[in-house]
Amino acid sequence: MKILRNFTKRMFGLFFKQRKDISLGFYGPPNAGKTSLANRICKDWTEEEMGNVSSMPHETRNVQFKEEVEIKYKEKTLKFKLVDTPGIATKIDYEDFMKHKMKKKAAQNRAKEATQGIVDSIKWLDDMDAVVVVVDATQNPYSQVNVTIVGNLVARKIPVLVVANKVDLKKADIKKVEAAFPEYDVVGISAKYGKNMDEFYESVFKLAKQA
Amino acid sequence: MAKKKTKKKADGLTLQFMPYSEISTLDSVERIKKLLKIILNNKVVILQGRLKPEEESRLIEDTMIMIGNIPGFKGVELAVISNDSEEKTFFKKVKFGIAKVLVGQQDAITIIGPASIVKEMKRDPKKLEVMMR
Repeated sequence: MKILRNFTKRMFGLFFKQRKDISLGFYGPPNAGKTSLANRICKDWTEEEMGNVSSMPHETRNVQFKEEVEIKYKEKTLKFKLVDTPGIATKIDYEDFMKHKMKKKAAQNRAKEATQGIVDSIKWLDDMDAVVVVVDATQNPYSQVNVTIVGNLVARKIPVLVVANKVDLKKADIKKVEAAFPEYDVVGISAKYGKNMDEFYESVFKLAKQA
Repeated sequence: MAKKKTKKKADGLTLQFMPYSEISTLDSVERIKKLLKIILNNKVVILQGRLKPEEESRLIEDTMIMIGNIPGFKGVELAVISNDSEEKTFFKKVKFGIAKVLVGQQDAITIIGPASIVKEMKRDPKKLEVMMR
């Protein structure tokens, strides 16, 4: 009787797990290309964009999501809820925004929204089934923000895929990113130009299996 | 009448070393409060050991809340150096894991400073550079 009950429960669990969208979060420092990657995926599979991108840091200051994004890979289809999060930083100075020709008041507002965005990003960690950590392949990958994000995902047992973005740029060093995250799959892409997206989708499917 | 001597406060960098024992008995909230209190006094903390990942993210959250509420506060610079990346044998891993559970990760050093004083901390696996303003 107990065996039968467990079997039924497992089958129900399997059935509902398959039907549920997989919450896939995009985390990383500001300006790594999280929204560019989310936009690329949305354009590939829904023909719509998700959010604005800018060279000015902290363009994404609210958690934004897109539900029911169906991604196909090798005749398999998975349904995702994409969650694009504001970049995580340990400091925010409104004067940095003024260097991008922003007025003081607007810069102060942007800083205020950015700080709240970071708090929200961290709070959303608990709702993720799997996370893509997006790092800028032209920057030093050993930053404490990257270490803290990955450490928190490991502590919460959330599967991680590391994406080294901006590989189209000369300064990009994917080997350095791989060396910084030896325990994780690292995929080098250019979200802006859609380079190496097939390998990315293959890795996302592997990631989803662990979720 | 003797002239009253006035001490002029010298501008400079203050580093505060903190042994792990100072925070080992505190809960996460108290640990972060203690560290942030020192940072708000414009000191750079050099902590023996490291915070748990959840404490590091909580420190970032609290820092963000403080940026909006404390005038002039711009956040923190934070870096941890440890031998995590070093290749370990199976027995070393077990030994290290047990020690971590019992006494915390004391073979690491955490440096936290206010962003108004510390411009940048550049870390690579073997070294840490701290750039001041």
